[in-house]
Amino acid sequence: MIKKILSFVKPYWKRATLALILLTSLVFMDLSIPRLIQRIIDQGINKHNQSVVLQTAAIMIGISILSTVIAVGNSVLSVQVGESVARDLRDTLFLKIQKYAYGNLDQQQTGQLMVRLTSDSSAVQRLVQISLRIGTRAPLLIIGSLILMFNTSPSLALTMLPLLAVTSIVIVFFIIKMEPLFRSVQQKLDRLNTVLQENIAGARLVKAFVRADFEGERFETANESYTDHSVRVMRFMSSMSPALTVFVNIGMVIVIWAGGLQSIHGNLSIGQIVAFTNYLLTTMTPLTMMTQLSQTWANGLVSAKRVNEILETVPEVQDAPDAASLPEPTPGRVVFENVNFHYNGNGDEAVLEGIDLVAEPGETVAILGATGSGKSTLINLVPRFYDTSSGRVLIDGVDVRKIKEDSLLAHIGIVAQETILFSGTIRDNIRYGRPDATDEQVIAAAKAAQAHDFILVMPQGYESHVEARGANLSGGQKQRIAIARALLLDPRILILDDSTSSVDVETETRIQQALDQQMHQHTSFVVAQRISTVLNADKIIVIDKGRIAAQGTHRELMQTSPIYQEIYESQLGNGFHAEQEPLVVEAGSVAK
Amino acid sequence: MSFQTAPQTSSVRSMMQRRPADPGRIEKAKDPKRALKGLLRYLGPFKAGMAQVFFFVLIYTLLGLVGPYLMGVAIDRFISNKQVAGLATIALWMLAIYLLNNLFQAIAAWLMSDISQRALKQMRKDLFTHLQSLPIAFFDRNPAGELMSRLTNDIDAVNQAVSQNVTSLIASVLTMAGILVAMFILDRWLALASLLVVPIMFWFTQFVARYTRKGFRELQKHLGEMNAVIEESISGQKVIKAFRRNDSVVETFRQRNQAVFKAGVYANSYALLLMPLTNVLGNFFVIVLAGLGGWLALRNLVSVGIIATFISYGQNFTNPLRQLANLYNSIQAALAGAERVFEVIDTPAELDDGPQAVTLNAVHGDVRFENVNFAYRPGVPVLKDISLEAKPGEIFALVGPTGAGKTTIINLLTRFYEINGGRISIDGRDIRDIYKADLRRELGLVLQDTYLFSDTVMENIRFGRLDATDEEVFEAAKMADADHFIWQLPHGYDTLLSERANNLSQGQRQLLSISRAILANPSILILDEATSSVDTRTEARIQKALLRLMAGRTSFVIAHRLSTIRDANHVLVINNGEIIEQGTHQELLDKKGFYHHLYLSQFKGQAI
Repeated sequence: MIKKILSFVKPYWKRATLALILLTSLVFMDLSIPRLIQRIIDQGINKHNQSVVLQTAAIMIGISILSTVIAVGNSVLSVQVGESVARDLRDTLFLKIQKYAYGNLDQQQTGQLMVRLTSDSSAVQRLVQISLRIGTRAPLLIIGSLILMFNTSPSLALTMLPLLAVTSIVIVFFIIKMEPLFRSVQQKLDRLNTVLQENIAGARLVKAFVRADFEGERFETANESYTDHSVRVMRFMSSMSPALTVFVNIGMVIVIWAGGLQSIHGNLSIGQIVAFTNYLLTTMTPLTMMTQLSQTWANGLVSAKRVNEILETVPEVQDAPDAASLPEPTPGRVVFENVNFHYNGNGDEAVLEGIDLVAEPGETVAILGATGSGKSTLINLVPRFYDTSSGRVLIDGVDVRKIKEDSLLAHIGIVAQETILFSGTIRDNIRYGRPDATDEQVIAAAKAAQAHDFILVMPQGYESHVEARGANLSGGQKQRIAIARALLLDPRILILDDSTSSVDVETETRIQQALDQQMHQHTSFVVAQRISTVLNADKIIVIDKGRIAAQGTHRELMQTSPIYQEIYESQLGNGFHAEQEPLVVEAGSVAK
Repeated sequence: MSFQTAPQTSSVRSMMQRRPADPGRIEKAKDPKRALKGLLRYLGPFKAGMAQVFFFVLIYTLLGLVGPYLMGVAIDRFISNKQVAGLATIALWMLAIYLLNNLFQAIAAWLMSDISQRALKQMRKDLFTHLQSLPIAFFDRNPAGELMSRLTNDIDAVNQAVSQNVTSLIASVLTMAGILVAMFILDRWLALASLLVVPIMFWFTQFVARYTRKGFRELQKHLGEMNAVIEESISGQKVIKAFRRNDSVVETFRQRNQAVFKAGVYANSYALLLMPLTNVLGNFFVIVLAGLGGWLALRNLVSVGIIATFISYGQNFTNPLRQLANLYNSIQAALAGAERVFEVIDTPAELDDGPQAVTLNAVHGDVRFENVNFAYRPGVPVLKDISLEAKPGEIFALVGPTGAGKTTIINLLTRFYEINGGRISIDGRDIRDIYKADLRRELGLVLQDTYLFSDTVMENIRFGRLDATDEEVFEAAKMADADHFIWQLPHGYDTLLSERANNLSQGQRQLLSISRAILANPSILILDEATSSVDTRTEARIQKALLRLMAGRTSFVIAHRLSTIRDANHVLVINNGEIIEQGTHQELLDKKGFYHHLYLSQFKGQAI
């Protein structure tokens, strides 16, 4: 993982190295101060030499100023490297996600991807930055002051060693214990937030079923358990600082006692004792710094690992090396040849089995079937959003896996089941797939999608702002804009996946009529629930449990397919037949 | 660095991660005093505990001051004068005092952990309880994701400040005051010289903080823009791919990312200036003391021991000063966070039950709307003069184009919103005079937007009636035609549903929602587009179950599919907030009006 992080630091190695060099020189300066104080006491004060005192003070001021400049330089460099790494990481991640196929996207929750690009990237950034700023400083300071301690008084320094050893053990203990404690608090917190989230998003339901007390108890349980755990962690964390300073303090007493004895016997100067206490402080402070550092490191490494998972994901669908573009113009004949599909390799139950299907250029193929029967999956294979598990999908005789993705998608217009719009104007949304479309083309597409009228009623017409995810539009309005967006492409192949479900029947009918006029310009796949939507299709496919249960025209299927008849009955009611006028429908049996 | 993460992921942010006070959130509260008061109110119940904490902090600060003093005494009186016995005594004293210091430090921290977490727990509880009492209109105004991420971030900020900083704030202030006093007692001149450092330090911090704040405000703005791009492009990734916009999206992202980079370098460079600068000031402090002290010592105005004491004090003095600079940011963020939490807590709750509210019992289900007027926003009426009467046991269908006001009628009956004029009554009693809980308990709702909780399928259905047995749950699921697919789930009824129930199709979620309502066994049943995502064959089966369920209850049904409506006793056609037609299905067809038109459009081209 560290290797991975280093590979992102590599382009900035010069600045990173410089930062480390500056940091090292900083350590030398930090260490020189106690030595100089010792000089003031021993050679200045005790020997009554004023010029030494003033001279040494001047040297120390000079060193301080220099070390400030160096420290600032180190900070600026490490910030630059850290931010650069974060930026490059985000760029790389974003680009990677852009290359993801639908299958990859299905496996990742939107929220998780967001976290990789935001919090995780900045955790890595913090790791890089803090390493460059204090990472080498702490060990160097410890080693340096140890050497100087030995240099000042080997015997006194020896007495410090067991103390340092104990301190290190304690620190390691804290670092090891910290991780699981933090993790458990994190779990409790997630639970607490889940309850909160559910009660905000499900507020209506909780009110409707009068479950405030029940939910209140759920929250209280989670709240109590989180509080308990965080008190435990906080206590643990807060005992760390006294536990560490106690060693510094014991060290001070030892210096005064043992050093004092030596001094009384004339083996140590008072200046050396003062210097020694300073070295001791300089050694211990970085040790406590290490505990903080280890947190940042641990977080950074976990994040780096998660980021790496994204970077190492192989897009499930990629252009084959010998992929070619579709010829222009291409007629748009779509053929399914014995297609089977499983979502996760071959392990899961088959979603589609033995699909054979031909859509001639200009034909409209309607697809009917129960929820979860595989309709959406079927049409997602045409634009190669997923690859078939076996069998082939051909467009004008070419396997879609041999067509360049860009060329393939350029010929296909899709209106997905879930409508997603982007923030921007309505115009921008409609011409999303063709940014260079003229206003006339935009309006024509909107008219065909029955969106023109409601757009004109909006305050700024086509310039009206659409909020993120189209939050300020109704479901039906969003769907119509999405239809306009696909129609504007004037694609060879048009795919409508239950795209009028939120539109009222009358509007749907008008969309239907507009589409019917255009339909023969493209090969169309229409997934639908309502029989009325599919009546005019050239071919109706009835999917049942991943297989084609029947195909034919409405008239044929009414004769031959029991499932189709059942669907028909379910929508048009008892005793109603195709040959009859709708007006003679009997009122349904009234339940009482 | 603080990112506004997506709603689902806000929980990923840790409340406990020990980061330095998040500089990206340096945001001032509009009314810091009020926010502070609000926060202190939560510490109120812990007055005794807080007094103890204060006491221990005071003691350990004082003990902390004695240590270096004793060191000076040891040097001056015993080491210089070569008195081993005295040195031994004083070393023992030092040891005792240091140990006590650390012990009290630990005790104070332990006490404070408990107090701060209990106080925060109360605050979370109040927030939650209040959220539950807020009117639906509040949730309309504040999108769930945004509200969620705001609340978790804000509580997080308060948590960090309260739990980590209260004791260090007290200790810092006390230590600084104590050291100053001790210094003046020991040596006037050295103390004055030390005091010089304070204004310089403050000036430095202020200077750096000004630029840092500006830098982070800028960074925050750019981060917001970048996160908006990320959020939108990730959630719209499939569309971006389908419409081949990857390149332009990447380009937009790169620009935003670069802007964040620039702002980040600027802001963090200034922020990180603080540490070297305060370090250097600390060194200066020591140097001044050593230089001046040496000069004074040469003139026998001060002893070496006192210089050693001062140097030790000097280090203890600059540390709290440094901390205060950090604390300032963290406390600002906490106050801003607390202010927004209190804003939610101070939002007026749902209108209370009326003064003469009564309990409902034995509901017949005679529902009446009399000249009801309603507007979500003043001046934009949604319902105009609606009158309707549903007799006990009747099936009442509401039909009309999207946005006509059908769902609003339901929202008024459940008192999610209060009407602006007119009267709604059940069995002749104004619903404003019925306890809300009673009213809603009698209304079984299946909403357009199905919501499931992250729990098992079993518990999700049981949400309808908490004391239902497993058998009753199975029974309800069977009636809703959900039993079959539930058994196909990996663990049947014990399958855990994920937060947004990604593992179920929209249609399956609707079936669970219907099971829930069936189990609740309400007097009045309300189905708002309850089966819109279910395929028509399944729907036909549920329809039969629903008809059995509706028998003997007043039911309101909203649907786009006219086939769902045919079984109604009474059809109400609504357009633009007004009732334009009503009658039975057949009557309305015969009338050849709006309904007839709607009906025809569904089956156009029928007679082939």
